[in-house]
Amino acid sequence: MSIQVQNLSKTYGTQKAVDTISFSAEPGKVLGFLGPNGAGKSTTMKILTCFIPQTSGRALVCGFDTVKEALQVRRQIGYLPESNALYQDLYVKEALAFVASVHEINQPEKRIAEVIEQTGLGPEQKKKIGQLSKGYKQRVGLAQAILHNPQVLILDEPTSGLDPNQLIGIRNLIKELGQNKTVILSTHIMQEVEAVCDQVVIINKGKIVADQTLPNLYQQFPKQTLEQIFIKLTN
Amino acid sequence: MYIFDIQIFSVLTILQKEIIAYLSSLVAYVTIGVFLLVLGLFLWVFPDTSVLDYGYADLGSLFNTTPYLFMFLIPAITMRSLAEEKKEGTFELLATSPITDWQIVVGKYLACVLLVLLALLPTLVYVYSISELGNPVGNLDVGAVIGSYIGLFLLGGTFVAIGIFASSITKNQIIAFTIAVFMCFFMFSGFDSLSGLLSFQNSEIQNFGINEHYQAISRGVLDTRDLVYFLSISGLFLLLTKTVLGGRKW
Repeated sequence: MSIQVQNLSKTYGTQKAVDTISFSAEPGKVLGFLGPNGAGKSTTMKILTCFIPQTSGRALVCGFDTVKEALQVRRQIGYLPESNALYQDLYVKEALAFVASVHEINQPEKRIAEVIEQTGLGPEQKKKIGQLSKGYKQRVGLAQAILHNPQVLILDEPTSGLDPNQLIGIRNLIKELGQNKTVILSTHIMQEVEAVCDQVVIINKGKIVADQTLPNLYQQFPKQTLEQIFIKLTN
Repeated sequence: MYIFDIQIFSVLTILQKEIIAYLSSLVAYVTIGVFLLVLGLFLWVFPDTSVLDYGYADLGSLFNTTPYLFMFLIPAITMRSLAEEKKEGTFELLATSPITDWQIVVGKYLACVLLVLLALLPTLVYVYSISELGNPVGNLDVGAVIGSYIGLFLLGGTFVAIGIFASSITKNQIIAFTIAVFMCFFMFSGFDSLSGLLSFQNSEIQNFGINEHYQAISRGVLDTRDLVYFLSISGLFLLLTKTVLGGRKW
């Protein structure tokens, strides 16, 4: 298992953002991480990426503990945060060169060219990030996340704000990456889950309310769409 | 390569990114340009401080004015360093990369120190000019000038550490700037002023202030106590910055 989450909890003051959750994700599969706003999705992702520590429980990424072996964990993961924060003053290639340098990538120019090709950034690669459209900024975020060829990809709403054409392109890319990596994908778009994910974990008020493969979920709730199932489980 | 358990390559990566970001925006050009312009006005134009009106080929004006200009220049450079990362969310990107908080802090610190050096370099023209104005030409106390530049460099490094700390405690760059200006001013001359208070007389409280140590180095005497003082204050504020960044983990 690339990701193992065991009885993980996170408390802010008296509020429990994540409440004793456990799940796992394996390579070659895309795990859809769903839940209403404020359910604890982003908090869980921040714990998995070692940005914040959990209050109790344990999370392992590629066998490394997210608290005790944070640097090893960070080398294994590619992360696209919900805000897709980027250095607006840098050129696309400068930003990618910075990430390549942070991850000490061999032959960075070659890898940057590959990733630019893979994410379709070619026509915009000579622009400053601040000049790009939202769709291209999202691609830069994704390019930064996959540049060091990580084993685990954690993508927090990677397609928010994209037009339908861009949506399809990014979804195909995620699907392609998911063939040999572990991908955790957080999204509110149910069609995206159906199109891309193999496994679904639904979280509500900090607790996991479903952890199944998509066919099993449909079997459990016959004749219902994923949207209906989601509403039923989270209301 | 590791120094004090900090991997240097990652520090240099942060430093390089910071320098590119500063030079890509107008901040560095405007602040350094304004610094040189104001310093030039004080040194050559304003009658109270002008070398030409003073009549002696002396650099006192330069070294007495620069600390006060640094109080504004340096916070203007450092205010964005961490406040902007936090506001834009790019800090999350840094903090989830395989680099430590120490590497982030030291990389940003060195980048700002490099910019301060960049601001100081053109002032060597003033040294040359005043040396040429001397009678006989070149009649300048070189030891005191070198000492004063070392003092300015150490002072700049300390102000950068204070500025980066101020930038770490808020997302708002204006607030970071204001706090840094106040802290730089207080650290520079606050203790001198306090020593004038009756209850602090004979307490040697002025030794805690930067001015006392800066003046000592400016006289051309490099005392290890002054060096230790500057390095300690810089180290203390960098440690505080690292502690603030680590606060997300508490």
